Amino acid sequence: MRRRPRTPAAGAGLAGLALAATALGGCGPAAGGDVGTSAGTTTLTVFAAASLQHAFEQVATEFEARHEGVDVRLSLAGSADLVAQVQQGAPADVVATASTATMDRLAADNLVGAPQAFATNALQIAVPPGNPAGVETLADLTDPGLALVLCAPEVPCGAASAAVEEAAGLHLRPVSEERSVTDVLGKVTTGEADAGLVYVTDVAAAGDGVEGIAFPESSAAPTTYPVATVAGSAEPALAQEFVHLVLAAEGRATLLNLGFGAP
Amino acid sequence: MTSLVPGPHRASHRPSGTVRPAGEPAVGLPRWAFVPAAVGGLLVLLPLVAMGSRVDWSSFASLITSESSLAALGLSLRTAATSTLLCLVLGIPMALVLARARFAGLDLLRSLVLVPLVLPPVVGGIALLYTFGRRGLLGSSMEVLGVQIAFSTTAVVLAQTFVALPFLVISLEGSLRTAGTRYDVVAASLGARPTTVLRRVTLPLVWPGLASGTVLSFARALGEFGATITFAGSLQGVTRTLPLEIYLQRETDPDAAVALSFLLVLVAVLVIASTRTHRRVR
Repeated sequence: MRRRPRTPAAGAGLAGLALAATALGGCGPAAGGDVGTSAGTTTLTVFAAASLQHAFEQVATEFEARHEGVDVRLSLAGSADLVAQVQQGAPADVVATASTATMDRLAADNLVGAPQAFATNALQIAVPPGNPAGVETLADLTDPGLALVLCAPEVPCGAASAAVEEAAGLHLRPVSEERSVTDVLGKVTTGEADAGLVYVTDVAAAGDGVEGIAFPESSAAPTTYPVATVAGSAEPALAQEFVHLVLAAEGRATLLNLGFGAP
Repeated sequence: MTSLVPGPHRASHRPSGTVRPAGEPAVGLPRWAFVPAAVGGLLVLLPLVAMGSRVDWSSFASLITSESSLAALGLSLRTAATSTLLCLVLGIPMALVLARARFAGLDLLRSLVLVPLVLPPVVGGIALLYTFGRRGLLGSSMEVLGVQIAFSTTAVVLAQTFVALPFLVISLEGSLRTAGTRYDVVAASLGARPTTVLRRVTLPLVWPGLASGTVLSFARALGEFGATITFAGSLQGVTRTLPLEIYLQRETDPDAAVALSFLLVLVAVLVIASTRTHRRVR
């Protein structure tokens, strides 16, 4: 925390330094915002929640096609980790998280511009191929003989699971509470767990590894994805354009294709 | 240590440096060695100091005595102790076989059983999953017998033993080789049976190696994370050991994560220190 840039100017300086260190062939004097363009290419660093990987890879490709000489670098991690990294002064230009709660922490520290919602996601029951335990509804997950894996209540997907559980008036007894959707999915794809609660997009991305079962109670816990420019960005104009592309029709179409909902 | 053993005879067979009669001048240390040694020491100590400086001492006690923290600490101590015991039961005979037995393929076998030393723990977790998991090599038949390892404390102990065992074996095997077999041969020639030789001569001779191997495997078991989270899952009081609790707390309560990390370091230091003093006393 001590090294967190207190002002946007300090953040820009840090981001500039980091860019100077990474920009290949960065010859000439490294000064201010020119650093990124010194070698003919500009790097735009986008921090995105892990669940956005496929969507943002496509948006990044589209963005690079539209902006000659711009190289988009994606840094994917859990939303809480992204927030911690930005708070510690990591050189990001754009940040997109998987929950408004995590983004609000950055907004409260004035480290980002105004966050905008660009997608939603919903929970789905994931079961191993063939659904060996015969799960059909959310209530089936209360079967004591069923090995159910959830996200821990401390992480966004676990909070969503708890909200759904409460809305449905059920008491779920998981055999394990994982830290991320990926860990839950891993337990289901290997058949260790009979069922898990993950996001629709995770089921879609897992392909044949799991089967997804939609359930009406999932509407009790809608997840909203916000995106914002980072206050200390060395390329504020480009960062803003990237956010625009995510919010534009092209970005939305990409997201809908991958199972996300419109905000 | 050396006082337990009869005076060194045929001392030339002993690796130099293990015995230095009193009065012989100590070999001086080249001065330059202190510089990299100090850098190395700082590399290890500085992060620990930095972490200690971030501990919120005013709430340290309440952070480490929360219900979830105590459950994690208790589980960690119980499982690490069980794993260490398992390491001793399995590891001592393994080290004996590797150091003393002679059969074809022994070198290859040694390399293979020490693989967990160089394996990233998460890979170990995946390997265990395919062995003891519900659809694993042994897991499916064990499920038929009504034994379920997945998501149980047994899985935690298995993961810890898997990663910690090589530490005991390698440490003890080294001591066995250094000690040689002279006294064992003498004991056997005086009519002692192999088990008596092992109990009365071999093991007392290699006690320091056995002790440090035990500490190393306990420490490794206590810190085990990757294999546990991959193979055992994470549930309070059942499979969520201290490292897993730290990993989870980092998500919402960084102060609690730092406090618990400090606690883990403290436990590790205490364990190591206790055996150091124990050894000096002997």
